[in-house]
Amino acid sequence: MVVSELDEAEPAAGPGDGRETDRIFQALADGTRRDILARVIREEQSVSGLARHYPMSFAAVQKHVAVLERAALVSKQRRGREQVVRVEVAALRRAARLLDSYEQLWRHRARGIEQILAEDRER
Amino acid sequence: MTVVSTHKDVEALTLTFVAEFDASVERVWRVWEDPRQLERWWGPPTWPATFVQHDFVVGGWSRYWMTGPAGEKAHGWWTITAIDAPHRLEFDDGFADADGEPDNGMPVSHAVVTLEATGTGTRMTTVTRFADTAQLEQLVAMGMEEGMREAMSQIDGVLKEEKA
Repeated sequence: MVVSELDEAEPAAGPGDGRETDRIFQALADGTRRDILARVIREEQSVSGLARHYPMSFAAVQKHVAVLERAALVSKQRRGREQVVRVEVAALRRAARLLDSYEQLWRHRARGIEQILAEDRER
Repeated sequence: MTVVSTHKDVEALTLTFVAEFDASVERVWRVWEDPRQLERWWGPPTWPATFVQHDFVVGGWSRYWMTGPAGEKAHGWWTITAIDAPHRLEFDDGFADADGEPDNGMPVSHAVVTLEATGTGTRMTTVTRFADTAQLEQLVAMGMEEGMREAMSQIDGVLKEEKA
C-alpha cells in the first residue's frame, strides 16, 4: 500500500495549488448552484423537485447539479424513477480539509527537522 | 529542505509526505531516534512536545505530551511496530488521557517512515493512515489549520448566507 501510493504521488503542492478547492469555489460561484446546495443541505432533493424551483429547463438544473457533484459537494443516487441529490460536505469535504491541515503539520515538522540539521552545519 | 511531494487520499484517509534533507540518512534517523531532537519538531506550531519515554525498539513505547498556548496538555503515545535502522520505522500513534494512559476511545493512526539516500542527502517519506476523521479533528483543533482557515470561512460564509 505504501509503495503504490508513492508511485501516485503528485508533484509538490505549491501555495497556489488546490484543484479541489478551485472546484468548490467554481461550484459555489453561481447563485443557482448555491441555492441548490442550500436546499440539499436542508433536505435531500430529487432533481425533478429541484427543477420546479427554477425558471430553467430540467437539463439546465441537472447541469448545475453535475457541477456540484464534480466538486464533491453533493452526490446523486438513482431511487426508482427519481434521481436523489444528497449533500456530501459532511463526509469527504471534511476529510479533505483535515488532510490539508495535516499536510501543513508535516511541512512545519520538516522545517523543524531542517533547523536541527542546520545547527550541525554551523558547528 | 525541499518538500518533494505530498499526496492525500481522502477516501483512505492517508497522507504521504516526501521531503529531502541535506544530511546523511544516519543523521536524519537520529532526529527520530533521539527524544531530545524529536520533541523539538514533533508538535504542531504553538504545541511543543515533551517526550518522557522513547523506547526505540520494536514493541517499545513512547509517551509524550504537547503543551498548548494556554498551558493545556495533550497527551500521546507511540508504539513501534517495525524498525530497520536507519531506513525504516513504523509506529502507531494515539492519544492518551491526562495520566498518559492510552485513551481507548480515540482512534490510532499508523505511520511508516522511510529514509533513502539520494545523491546529495536523504529523502524522507512518511505515510500516515488515520482510522477515522475523529483523530484528525482533534489534531486540527490543536491549531494547525492555519492554511485552510480562510478558504473554509469563505465557504461557510456562502452557506450561511444561503440559509438565511
